[in-house]
Order: sequence, then C-alpha cells, then structure tokens
Amino acid sequence: MIDLTRRYRFAAAHRLHSRSLTAEENARIYGKCNNPYGHGHNYILDVTVAGPVDAATGMVFDVAKLDLVVRQSVLEPLDHAHLNLDVDRFQNLTPTTENLCMEIYGILSANLTHEPGKAFLKRVRLEETSSNYFEYEG
Amino acid sequence: MIYLTRRAEFSASHYYHNPALSPEENRRIFGKCNNPHGHGHNYTLEVTIAGEIDPATGMVLNIRDLKELLQSEVLDRMDHRFLNAEVPAFASRIPTTENISIEIWNLIAAKLTFGRLHRVRLYETPDLYVDYYGA
Repeated sequence: MIDLTRRYRFAAAHRLHSRSLTAEENARIYGKCNNPYGHGHNYILDVTVAGPVDAATGMVFDVAKLDLVVRQSVLEPLDHAHLNLDVDRFQNLTPTTENLCMEIYGILSANLTHEPGKAFLKRVRLEETSSNYFEYEG
Repeated sequence: MIYLTRRAEFSASHYYHNPALSPEENRRIFGKCNNPHGHGHNYTLEVTIAGEIDPATGMVLNIRDLKELLQSEVLDRMDHRFLNAEVPAFASRIPTTENISIEIWNLIAAKLTFGRLHRVRLYETPDLYVDYYGA
C-alpha cells in the first residue's frame, strides 16, 4: 500500500458569517473574518490517494488523471471565486476551511471512481494560511 | 515512542516504460515520462525512525548513524544516476516514485540496526510525494 499526495493551489474570497447567529455574535465569534466585504486566501490543497502499486505501470494512481479530476471538479469552480457568493454549497453554509475541506472531500470522492483493489481517496488536507490547516478523511 | 525524521536529497534521471506493453500503450499511459532518453528530478527523501529515548543519551538514535546509512544505502546508489540502467532493482521494475520508495525502504530495512523503520516519504517534486509504511 502506498499513499500518494499531490499538491494544488487556488485563491478564493470568503466571509465567515452564520445566519443563525446575531450580528453581535457573528462579530464576536468570527472577528475580522466577519467583515461583510469578505477577504481572501491562497489555499493549498493536498489530495492523498492510497492503494497498491499496479504491477504493469509501477504506479498507484495516474497523476495526470488526478490532475484532471481535481482541476475540473475543484479548482475551476473555486479558484478566484467568492465562496459565499459564487459556490452553491456555501449559500447556506459558512465557508470555514473546515467546511471547505469536507466539501472538497465530498466532491472528490464522488468524482474519483474507485474500483475494488485499486487506489481510493484517503485524505484531503487544506491549508488556509501557512499557520493553519485542516485534514478530513471521510 | 518517539519519531525521528531525517531528510536527504538526491538527483537522478529515469523514464517509465513497460516492455510488456506496446509503444503506443506506453506513450498513452506514461506520457512525457516515456521519453527513452530519460528526464530527471531533485528527489527529497524523508526517512522516519520510531523508537524509545535512550535515558543515557536522551536520543532515540544517533543521527550520524542514520545519516551514514542513508548515504551508503541510498545516495551512493542513486544520486546522479540513471535509475533504469544503473540501479539493479529497476532493471525489471519501473522506477516510479512509488517503486523507488519501496526500494529505499527495503535497502534501509535490511541494514537498520537501531530503532524501527516507520515511514519512507519521497518527494519527486515539491507538489508530489509518496509515503510507504512497509506493507
């Protein structure tokens, strides 16, 4: 079993704001991140797939195929988007990096076909800044 | 239990080719990596050893021993080499990053006399790495 991790980058804007909280509570909990104009990050996304090494190719997963799936299903919708305004999922869900990490995991697990005995999506790791990151393994 | 990781870098060339497949299949599967003249990478290797702290030294192992082991078993064999032609293990196996990490695991595990080999992490580029835990 080998874990293969590929790194991607995207930049997006967001605002941390919950409709179920009052304006005061939002300001208190989210601080600067509650600024109604939003703010942005350069996100670093590490996608890990795990599986046996294919005897014919020596590879655990075709990196070109992984790049294609990640680009089409994650990077194109999210890169240079305002997550709250441009991404359906975050119309009613606060786009914290926790929620974004889980959303990306869900998108990738739906788009990476998993055949028995072949590699599977193991982990999504999302860095919001160089000082904090989140990991989700489903 | 404590985990100690030592990093080492080496540069090597390789190409991906399976003689059991047709030239067309090789090109389709491996793309640019199938160029028979080879291409190269600056690999970054991270080897993690697990063990208990020696109360006499406060160390899990002597870093110098691990450094010398990585030099003799890995760097001396692979640094500035054409992996397909110059490393015997890759005469019959494609030197993908996956297979290189398994080979490095086997080389280190065969000579390790301290601690327990926990993980081999091998970066092919800063954006692509594999982890192998020995099984």
